[in-house]
Amino acid sequence: MSVQEEEMSWFKRIRKGILTETEDKKETPEGLWYKCPSCKNIIRSEEHAENYYVCPNCQHHDRIGSEEYFHILFDQGKYRLLNPNITSGDPLNFTDTKKYTDRIRSVIANTGLKDAIETAAGRIDGHEAVIACMDFDFIGGSMGSVVGEKIARAIDHCIKYKKAFIIISKSGGARMMEGAFSLMQMAKTSAKLTQLSDAQLPYISILTNPTTGGVTASFAMLGDLNIAEPKALIGFAGPRVVKETIKKDLPEGFQTAEFVLETGFLDKIIHRKDMKHQLAFFIDTLTQNVKKTKK
Amino acid sequence: MVYLDFEEPIKLLEEQLEKTREITETSGVDTSKSVKELEKTIAKTRKDIYSKLSAWQKVQVSRHPDRPYVLAYMNALSDNTFVELHGDRNVKDDKAMVGGLAKMDGKPVMFIGQQKGINAKMRLYRNFGMANPEGYRKALRLMQTADKFNIPIVCFVDTPGAYPGLEAEERGQGEAIARNIYEMFRIKVPIIVVIIGEGASGGALGIGVGDRVFMLEYTWYSVISPESCSSILFRTWDEKERAAEALKLTSDDMLNNKLIDGVIREPEGGAHTNHEESYANVKDAVLKALAELEKLKPEKRIALRIGKFEKMGVFND
Ligand SMILES: [Zn+2]
Repeated sequence: MSVQEEEMSWFKRIRKGILTETEDKKETPEGLWYKCPSCKNIIRSEEHAENYYVCPNCQHHDRIGSEEYFHILFDQGKYRLLNPNITSGDPLNFTDTKKYTDRIRSVIANTGLKDAIETAAGRIDGHEAVIACMDFDFIGGSMGSVVGEKIARAIDHCIKYKKAFIIISKSGGARMMEGAFSLMQMAKTSAKLTQLSDAQLPYISILTNPTTGGVTASFAMLGDLNIAEPKALIGFAGPRVVKETIKKDLPEGFQTAEFVLETGFLDKIIHRKDMKHQLAFFIDTLTQNVKKTKK
Repeated sequence: MVYLDFEEPIKLLEEQLEKTREITETSGVDTSKSVKELEKTIAKTRKDIYSKLSAWQKVQVSRHPDRPYVLAYMNALSDNTFVELHGDRNVKDDKAMVGGLAKMDGKPVMFIGQQKGINAKMRLYRNFGMANPEGYRKALRLMQTADKFNIPIVCFVDTPGAYPGLEAEERGQGEAIARNIYEMFRIKVPIIVVIIGEGASGGALGIGVGDRVFMLEYTWYSVISPESCSSILFRTWDEKERAAEALKLTSDDMLNNKLIDGVIREPEGGAHTNHEESYANVKDAVLKALAELEKLKPEKRIALRIGKFEKMGVFND
């Protein structure tokens, strides 16, 4: 547990668009519209945000970031970030078309994010929990050393304070610019999950669009419960690679959450608007008898 | 004998040597002096070439078709006591993943590894060493059997990756690899991992969690192959040499970065030039590591195993 984490203060930010009063809405500047990429339905951006960034017409779940998820899932949108200042090193001194350090610097500047995951502590319908949520905007949600370290420390926090743990995955896989260091994050996060399991604390994995590669092949598939959002792409190899391998067109719906549920690797698909209460039910139910035996 | 492009000078000398020997046979002329000279030159040339291999050349050596494959190690290290065991008890027997019981110098071990196939026909049969989910599940079943009977586990890694097929996805390739990694942190017996050829990404790590992880000298281990890295990051297939350098995937780089525990040296000119020496080197390393690990209590071993992987990562705090 880092000192900095202890010193972090609670903060509360009410997001416009989720909790604004109806009367305020007419002040919305003209031109802020959301066009659903799936059904082309057009609604006001604020309305879209109030609807959990889900299209009211076709239920398309738009990709959102960690901050949005924390506001949707934590009670009153109140939470405390854990280890928010960890940033990427450059273990291989890596350069492709760009220096890795320059890439990181520009992504931080453009997204306001520090890396591809944010971890936060708060309450879900009163239940203490830690949520680690990946951000796709940060180099495709790729897993490097920072993702592994933040998950590891979040698990230590859960064990210390006996909290439930949730990871919201959204990732293209490993971060190539960290080579084998990124590969080993699969081992590191899985190792830490065995410790969480030994402490009899629940781990709920939420797979969102897309969850592929090394993230699927490690913590995303290791939940006590594996949950997905509707239509999320979930797989180990990406659809393009599978198509190249079999040299045939992929069947309709291949690697969607619905497909992965039918093949037996998901417990349930949950609409984003129901996610908070379902999580609360699971945490409550899974821990009820554990608490009893410990008292 | 197959020669890699950079081994061309060795090939020419070997051909010359062959011709010189033929002269003796057909004409009876004594060529023993030039044979000796040639043999010396070959050894020196080989040493020169192999002392300055680039990362990409090492990748090429790791894929050399004359290198010993996994089953050969299993048989050689156990004086042919190895008995292969089949099936994941669920779907099928994956031919790309092999495993079984053996005795090394009289001591029981469970061997597991990816088998690539020794010729064109067998490579198809072995799916080029690319396991499906049932391969990983077979591996886990064997590891758990070993754990039950207090038998140490030795995993030999040689794979271009887990198979990215349609049925592999349907049967949960991601889950199978994840489960193996997770469960390997709970196995109480010692686990030793040796990368004997290619260590490609999650497909390698799916049997790659160990108390000791070794790489043979001319092997590679990374999150992606240099070819795929080139195609994705450099947007061309032609930058594989650059990608191989950038990924720091050689045994020495991996040891410097503390991502493995040791490098097992290969015979001069690579494992393919002397199988027996390769087996002996690997056997030495495995037995030595086992002796060290057996002194520890199981809980201590697991704690050290977790602690080792937990330390992997570079970041600014
Ligand atoms: Zn829509």
